[in-house]
Amino acid sequence: MTYVYAFLFCGFVCLIAQIILDNTKLTPGHVTSLFVVIGAFLDIFGIYDKIVLYAGAGALIPITSFGHLLIHGAMDTASSLGPLGLAFGIFDLTAAGISVALFISFVLALIFKPRH
Amino acid sequence: MNKEKYKEIVSKNTPKEDTVKNGIIAFLVGGGLGALSELLLRLYCLLFDMPRKEAGVLVILTLIVIASVLTALGVFDVLVSKVKAALIIPITGFAHSISSSALEYKHEGLVLGIGTNIFKLAGTVILYGVVAVYFFGIIRLIIMGG
Repeated sequence: MTYVYAFLFCGFVCLIAQIILDNTKLTPGHVTSLFVVIGAFLDIFGIYDKIVLYAGAGALIPITSFGHLLIHGAMDTASSLGPLGLAFGIFDLTAAGISVALFISFVLALIFKPRH
Repeated sequence: MNKEKYKEIVSKNTPKEDTVKNGIIAFLVGGGLGALSELLLRLYCLLFDMPRKEAGVLVILTLIVIASVLTALGVFDVLVSKVKAALIIPITGFAHSISSSALEYKHEGLVLGIGTNIFKLAGTVILYGVVAVYFFGIIRLIIMGG
């Protein structure tokens, strides 16, 4: 059943983004920023956690999960250190993704030539 | 020719995109990617005997590596023009924005080219993510106490 929910949720998020892109003047940059904020917002009351529980990887793949992971890391340290913990833990869970993306992009940029 | 007439002619001759078809493609491909990721997640759970949380991170890393390599090969842009939001919204779009700006500004040098431009597009995602998390995090601390 997780596969069905994963399909539905990930498809739904992409569909909304496509509708926004087609009908407004917003660029992909606007839409991804907006979705990150929405992902963080949905985690105030732990809603995104429930979505992850049902949709599994289907909820981890869209950029909304970036906001979810940011706030999750921040809240984890905040619960032990207080408000200052927000700053300490904010990148805890996204560090792997950002650092791997940076490293591999750098290596690939050295090897490949841009194509147009 | 007055401005309004000009606008009319322009809007008449701009190719209209089939928004319904775009939406269906985005839904199907995006959904397919989500279901495939779930399959990969379970595969990682079995293969490396790890909990779902760590396997989820590994799935995200896998997609980032694939998207970056496809960007370097020049395939990603072709795919995006076909399926649009289905590849921009998943984490592949984030990886693509980093690797494409690294490639594009390579000719300006290692520091002034790749270094200063690598976050050109991804920076907005990280910036607004962080701003939102500070804002919502404090709200959550006040309301729910952690």
